[in-house]
Amino acid sequence: MFRRLPEIETAAEKVSFTIDGRPAKARAGDSVAAALLANGVTACRNTPVSGAARGPYCMMGVCFDCLVTIDGTGNRQGCQVRVAPGMAVETQNGKREVER
Amino acid sequence: MSAQGSKFDFDIAVVGSGPAGLAAAALAASKGASVVLLDEQTEPGGQIYRAVTETPVRDRKVLGPDYWHGAELLGPLRDSGAVHWPGSTVWSVARPREDGPDGERRIQIGLSRNGAAAMLTVRHVILATGALERPFPIPGWTLPGVLGAGAAQVLLKTSGLVPSGATVMAGSGPLLWLLAWQYLQAGARIDAILDTTPKQNWRAALPLLPGFLRSPYLGKGMKLMLEVRRKLTVIGNVTALRAEGGLAGEGVLKSVVYTRNGTEHRLPADTLLLHQGVVPNLNLANATGCAQRWDEQQRCWRPTTDEWGATSVEGVSLAGDGAGIGGARAAEEAGRLAALDALHRLGRIGREQRDQSAAPFRAALDRALTGRAFLDTLYTPAEAFRVPADDTIVCRCEEITAGAVREAVRLGCSGPNQAKSFLRCGMGPCQGRLCGPTVTEVIAAERGVSPAEVGYYRLRPPVKPITLAELAALPKTDADIDAVFKH
Repeated sequence: MFRRLPEIETAAEKVSFTIDGRPAKARAGDSVAAALLANGVTACRNTPVSGAARGPYCMMGVCFDCLVTIDGTGNRQGCQVRVAPGMAVETQNGKREVER
Repeated sequence: MSAQGSKFDFDIAVVGSGPAGLAAAALAASKGASVVLLDEQTEPGGQIYRAVTETPVRDRKVLGPDYWHGAELLGPLRDSGAVHWPGSTVWSVARPREDGPDGERRIQIGLSRNGAAAMLTVRHVILATGALERPFPIPGWTLPGVLGAGAAQVLLKTSGLVPSGATVMAGSGPLLWLLAWQYLQAGARIDAILDTTPKQNWRAALPLLPGFLRSPYLGKGMKLMLEVRRKLTVIGNVTALRAEGGLAGEGVLKSVVYTRNGTEHRLPADTLLLHQGVVPNLNLANATGCAQRWDEQQRCWRPTTDEWGATSVEGVSLAGDGAGIGGARAAEEAGRLAALDALHRLGRIGREQRDQSAAPFRAALDRALTGRAFLDTLYTPAEAFRVPADDTIVCRCEEITAGAVREAVRLGCSGPNQAKSFLRCGMGPCQGRLCGPTVTEVIAAERGVSPAEVGYYRLRPPVKPITLAELAALPKTDADIDAVFKH
């Protein structure tokens, strides 16, 4: 669980996006992975191997544990993509689906 | 392939815009070379100075003066005329099939930018790919809620996020203490720090202490550690750790179990931040064919370089932590030395000018590295956390346990590349970044030989996943098309 430092929370320019269809807010400049954590979403996918839940681990693009579906494209690294207004972020179940 | 002088052709490409890359690009471009600085992130700074141009944490005392030093590297880069391409993921550095039209040696760089692949040609590459956190394989380290301390620091720098709920930090090394100190300044909650530094490391490190007494890190480090120890609960001599999820298979972190003096204790935890040092991020150098060696003191693989950062591959240099861990200040100076040598190799400056210009940078590099051996020795992670028990996952991508790796060794598997074909470990999207050091050490321990003898994964481009559609959309020469259609 993560929270925003209070002075930043109040000053922040907000971005509206969705997590699995639910409306959510982030700070402009947040990565998708940071935006998920700020919204209390610790687990963002299930693994293709065992189905175990995973969440962001490295936040620098090397571990590939924050893979999510962004605007319909699967296997995006949540920590490497900035959240944008209206973005549809979906938690990912197993492998990237064909044509997603 | 692009012609000389085109927008895809440069004298020098620098990969990575942390301290080494920023300093290298600024110096090389200021001497008239055409330089492109490539980086995966959208803003310069690397991980150590991550978001230094735009962090929402404006209170300078939170991140501290060492962080803000990074901003001083940006002016020289802007003034130098180097071309900066942020948001560019380099997936390949290779000698092309043919040299340029003038017969001059070229190096080809494959990168992805804004969802499209592109190829650059350059005469020299400086890889400044930095470091990543050393894997910390404990049971449960794959549970959501368990993150690297470095990852948590990225969240603080980029987004002003700090842990809420029950928070435990565990491990050893300077970054763990720095992050705890930064959290203190920010008013974040830390329930406990579990220090895994082995007691016997002090005995090994003590003879190296005189060197460290002259280190610029000594004063700062002591002050910071004392403040953290005074204000937070620090539990030392932790010899075993595991992260546990809830009942009923609920796969999110609920508690941390640690062993101290032979007794197990349990702490409730919503967030566990792990750290046991950093290792070179060597995937790109390895895939480029640069020779590497096992560093016994830092217990990691590092590409082999000379005093200028030149690797075993002509035209490819390394600067900064990607060539062996030395810290941000050392990386900056190493970047300048690599840039001078590249300018010399390109015929832009003579040997004498290179050597003369290098003198102050080399002196500063030596200063920055003073006392490193003490830190390396004191913070060598305990064997239990480098060579985990059988039930611990070592390869997060393919979910391969240490036990499976040991079983493969008993079946005759002698090194990481064979283990990869036996088990798929290291074959997932992270390409061994999170398991490579562990797999090497587990196999070495099981065989009773040195990690140097066991070796490391032989990596291949692309070093980051790209889609086939991106590759297929690359412009092709007649020779490329012939290579596919002739036979």
